[in-house]
Amino acid sequence: MSEHETAPIVALTDAARHFGPVRALDGVSLSVAPGDCLGLVGHNGAGKSTLVNLINGTFGPSGGQVAFPQGSEGVRSVFQELSLCPNLTVAENLRIPHPGLKRPGWRRIARAEIRASLDAVFPGHGIDADSEVDTLSIAERQMVEIAIGFAPRGGAARLVILDEPTSALDAGIAEQLLAHIRRFCEGGGAVIFISHMLGEVFSVASRIIVLKDGRIVAEREAAGFTRQGLVDAMGHVAAETGGTAAPARGTADEIVIRTAEGLVARRGEIVGLSGLAGHGQAAALARLFLSQTSDWRAGRAPRAVFVAGDRPRDGVLPLWSILRNISISVLRRDAWRGLVNREAERRVAEDWRRRIGIRTDNLDNPLLSLSGGNQQKVLFARALASDAPLVVMDDPMRGVDVGTKQDVYAMIRTEAAAGRTFLWYSTETEEVCQCDRVFVFRNHAISAELTGADITEEKILEASFEMQEAS
Amino acid sequence: MSFLSRHRIILPVVSLAVLLALTFWMQPRAMSYFGLNLLFNLAVPIALATVAQMMIIMVNDIDLSTGAFVSLVACITATFLNDAPLTGVLILAALVLSYAAMGAVIHALDLPAIVVTLGMSFVWGGLALFVLPSPGGSSPGWLRTLMTVKPPYIPMAVAASIIIAVVTHLLIVRSGIGTVLRGVGGNAQSVARAGWQVTWLKALAYGLAGLFGVFAGMALVGLTTSADANIALRYTLLSIAGVILGGGEFTGGKVSPVGAVIGALTLTLAASFLSFMRLPPDWQIGAQGAILILVLTARLLFARKGPAA
Repeated sequence: MSEHETAPIVALTDAARHFGPVRALDGVSLSVAPGDCLGLVGHNGAGKSTLVNLINGTFGPSGGQVAFPQGSEGVRSVFQELSLCPNLTVAENLRIPHPGLKRPGWRRIARAEIRASLDAVFPGHGIDADSEVDTLSIAERQMVEIAIGFAPRGGAARLVILDEPTSALDAGIAEQLLAHIRRFCEGGGAVIFISHMLGEVFSVASRIIVLKDGRIVAEREAAGFTRQGLVDAMGHVAAETGGTAAPARGTADEIVIRTAEGLVARRGEIVGLSGLAGHGQAAALARLFLSQTSDWRAGRAPRAVFVAGDRPRDGVLPLWSILRNISISVLRRDAWRGLVNREAERRVAEDWRRRIGIRTDNLDNPLLSLSGGNQQKVLFARALASDAPLVVMDDPMRGVDVGTKQDVYAMIRTEAAAGRTFLWYSTETEEVCQCDRVFVFRNHAISAELTGADITEEKILEASFEMQEAS
Repeated sequence: MSFLSRHRIILPVVSLAVLLALTFWMQPRAMSYFGLNLLFNLAVPIALATVAQMMIIMVNDIDLSTGAFVSLVACITATFLNDAPLTGVLILAALVLSYAAMGAVIHALDLPAIVVTLGMSFVWGGLALFVLPSPGGSSPGWLRTLMTVKPPYIPMAVAASIIIAVVTHLLIVRSGIGTVLRGVGGNAQSVARAGWQVTWLKALAYGLAGLFGVFAGMALVGLTTSADANIALRYTLLSIAGVILGGGEFTGGKVSPVGAVIGALTLTLAASFLSFMRLPPDWQIGAQGAILILVLTARLLFARKGPAA
């Protein structure tokens, strides 16, 4: 290999980035060369997003250097939060980062290019290049975004940064992506792969870097890590996957929910909804939740609360403080003659900040000052602070780090033991295995109901794929 | 996705067709070259102002100064452009640039467009009074000729509307830069991440709005032959209504240039239709509002049905 080929695409020397007193990134040195697939792990707030933003040039470093020895063309980022223009078509979205599409007839070229890229990464994707993005599902949008990242765009992708690319994808599609990453790196491209799903990191990364509090705490070849070693390095004393621990069964067998499609939940039960992404689970949850709450006579005590997975769309109130984001669910309960009871509001919020571990000094800070995982904790606090006996969760752990997940699992079990019922849709099988009862969805209908020891990954997969022809 | 929500242009077209059919039914003489021209004459400046408003709504802002701006342009057209064409052209060019600057400032300082444009509407209004304290002035001859030209087969008003619709469609929907501008309305952050200077893009959108505002003022003077500082004040709300009637939405960069022109035509026609119905003038504005609410309700109903189906 010549000198030119082995030269790194990007090299960070002692790069730091401070936001006021917060040291988001505190002296990081690393380099990525062609053919590398760098796995980047760390819990929420460890500095992963800051590192990505330094490399893609969103902002410069406060100290140290970010160098591109061969120029910064061909460095792409695919972001965790969806960053397509929903009002444009798939092909038109390619136009935005594509400098070469200027002449009349660019639409035809854009269509062909995005189609080719989608076909390469996700064979059999079934996405029309002329459909508007807001008509696509979240998984499809994520696929389009990844495809735009790998598209040639008038040059060639040399380094693609993927930030939680699989959090919205189901297992089959995620596997297609991992296979494409391997091919891409064999062909001399480089990838920085950020994921909370350690299995995926192990399966693609050639080298793994662990970030903690803005510093690199471990950097080794992927083979040099064990799963447990990686989790330890991230700094969370995480329990082994909790599926084996016998979950607390609900004591009373009082049925609180029974829907026409066959969904049954008893008091104190954690009920999981599983199956491939986009097979009607989210819609079933939404229908159920609305039937429980959207009532003219809902009264002071709502029967159900909702924990959103798609935070920007139906979770956070972005302009409000953390305090208000938590307390909105209990304002009516604690109100005094129609006026907000500020003391009670603060008491409830402080209580939940402690119990659920929201990392902030001051609850009056704006919600968006929190990292994604902590925002999700706020949404949990909002739901659990209310008295509602039923908690509906729409894939709430999307992009949440391992440690936070363990905290939340424990909290859910405690609350269930106290008599609350949880309905939990998740794309991660590991989470579904925490449930007492699981309904597997296929093609918008329940294909299996599993309980107790029957809840295993194999049985869930079997029920998700049954009757489907191998494609 | 239902057919209607996928093709958002259908509802504006149907609204216009229904209103046109009702007008012809009540007043068959309107179904002629001369009649059509008379019906839609004043739609040309409104259509241009609507397109101007659309440029602003496209980037998630709203312009409350359209009416005052068009009035100012009309006053300048009836005075400077007529008396000293070069000075007139320079002033109009400066106005377009100031609109672009307004867009850049709104984005760079993160100001609410609704406040800035409301403030600017008083500036434009004051300038208009300063230029033309009392109604008067006269239209440049060439402009008058242009606005009263009689092309064969198709009346001027209809031909002009079609041209405006086609040109803005090419500019906003088909061209690359138009796509990027709509992208700013859809997700400004992602456009910025792709390496675009959003401040410049906003300046461009506002500049285009200024340009079409200037065209609207000139077209208006060409039709009325004189100007007045308050001549086009109602254009602000008419243009917003036109954009929304034409299938546009206030946020998210969802606009349709062809729809906007059709919306402007519908609004103009609604006024004539009510006159044909011999409705007392006192009730006409209210009735015009009722038509607007009717069309928007229809749209909402179809949009609701779309995702449910």
